[in-house]
Amino acid sequence: MTEEIIIAGFGGQGVLSMGKILAYSGIMQNMEVSWMPSYGPEMRGGTANVTVILSDERISSPILNVYDTAIILNQQSLDKFEPKVKPGGLLLFDNNGITRYPVRKDIQVCVIEATAEAVRMGSGRVFNMMVLGGFLKLKPVLEIENVLKGLQKSLPPRHHHLIPMNEQAIRRGMELVKPFTVAS
Amino acid sequence: MGEIRLMKGNEAIAEAAIRAGCDAYFGYPITPQSEVLEYLMAEKPHERTGMVVLQAESEVAAINMVYGAACTGKKVMTSSSSPGISLMQEGISYIAGAELPCLIVNVVRGGPGLGTIQPSQADYFQATKGGGHGDYRLIVLAPSSVQEMADFVKLAFDLAFKYRNPAMILSDGVIGQMMEKIELFEPIPRVNEFDQSWVTTGKTPDRQRNIITSLNLDPYLQEEHNHHLQEKYARMRREDVRYEAIACDDADYLFVAYGSSARICQKAVQLARKKGIKAGLLRPITLFPFPEKILGDLSQSVKGMLAVEMSAGQMVEDVRLAVNGKIPVEHFGRFGGVVHSPEEVLEALEEKIVKPVV
Repeated sequence: MTEEIIIAGFGGQGVLSMGKILAYSGIMQNMEVSWMPSYGPEMRGGTANVTVILSDERISSPILNVYDTAIILNQQSLDKFEPKVKPGGLLLFDNNGITRYPVRKDIQVCVIEATAEAVRMGSGRVFNMMVLGGFLKLKPVLEIENVLKGLQKSLPPRHHHLIPMNEQAIRRGMELVKPFTVAS
Repeated sequence: MGEIRLMKGNEAIAEAAIRAGCDAYFGYPITPQSEVLEYLMAEKPHERTGMVVLQAESEVAAINMVYGAACTGKKVMTSSSSPGISLMQEGISYIAGAELPCLIVNVVRGGPGLGTIQPSQADYFQATKGGGHGDYRLIVLAPSSVQEMADFVKLAFDLAFKYRNPAMILSDGVIGQMMEKIELFEPIPRVNEFDQSWVTTGKTPDRQRNIITSLNLDPYLQEEHNHHLQEKYARMRREDVRYEAIACDDADYLFVAYGSSARICQKAVQLARKKGIKAGLLRPITLFPFPEKILGDLSQSVKGMLAVEMSAGQMVEDVRLAVNGKIPVEHFGRFGGVVHSPEEVLEALEEKIVKPVV
């Protein structure tokens, strides 16, 4: 099994840390992992993205042009990465601020209203964990207990008291995610 | 089994230095390798092993601190990125002339000049053909994974002391900045077990004084010294060439690539094979000494080679020398800080090698 994932959004949305938690969780599941932050000129535009690869085999290129899954958190990233999902792949997006919606019909498109839910809960801190939960619901490539172990590894000990809150957010994300119907 | 961690390539260099029993690190921050110094500062290796970590006032100061400390037979190192390594060239030439072991890490970024902070492989000529003035060579290792970033620190010190010669790890912004799972080797004590008979730590009554210098005003003695250096480089070529051959046995076409480009080409090999193109990858691990013999051998069995590097074409010259005109050798690479994708690389192989050759 190899899962090639791009996570893209604004800096500050927890894009890189979501990737890091995915990578740590992969290690907890005895997988090979790679985490490659966006290193292109687009960093200057205020967007952040990270390529995460989880695999049972040795990972070849950490830099990719097409992906099994795109997790998209803003409009620019949707425009940029929707065409780069492999046919049959998954596009998961948060609809906050989205005005041009996905159009492809040869991929699975799902939406998660994680920003809205985070506002309702009065905390933006676990927004990215809700999105991660949504992804894991759609593609259960990692077991929840390994994700929790990954969180433990990824967070400094002074933040370990926040792990239950993160777990709750992951589970809430699993409930929130739903299919998106592409307009014909 | 060693400790498993998720680390950036730059952090792996730093942790491996502590574990390899490195005695001192002298450096100056520059993107994209600043995490080496940052990690060492945060880790306080002086408390773990006694290793000294010092931020110098400039790269010029750092390399001269390396020069001085290396005279004592200690394991010493520095790290920087392209513009910083250019500043160090005078010192590196002196260290090579004085035959001192040390480790220099270059996490390459786009040039020339201040260039960009994005990844590049355009310092190949500088690393493998001398860099500073005079007839000298560095041992140059090219890691293509975070695991190798760690492992090659130890290997580089071993080779530097084996030959009393500066060794360089030539990495790039991709391998420096990415995180991967690595298995860390067990720490070895900070005691140098290599030959110490040449060091300048104080003369003992039973021997002549040791002199470390790169200056010799008598041209005949300097010529003799140069012959000695050349013999040393010839021995490196005989004994310490390293490479990895991936899917080469039945290959019709070959990618030749090192570092992050080798990873990208590995994917391109998979994509090519899916399309029915029998591609393979020869990955030089030592850039000096260069794996010329295996490339010469492979030129008997493959129809063409594509050197893929994030430069306008540097290593391709060494591939051409090794192949000596027997088959077509072309170059492909994005550069100036742009990284090629596996699809682009495969397309280049088809355009430049497969189509013309068939």
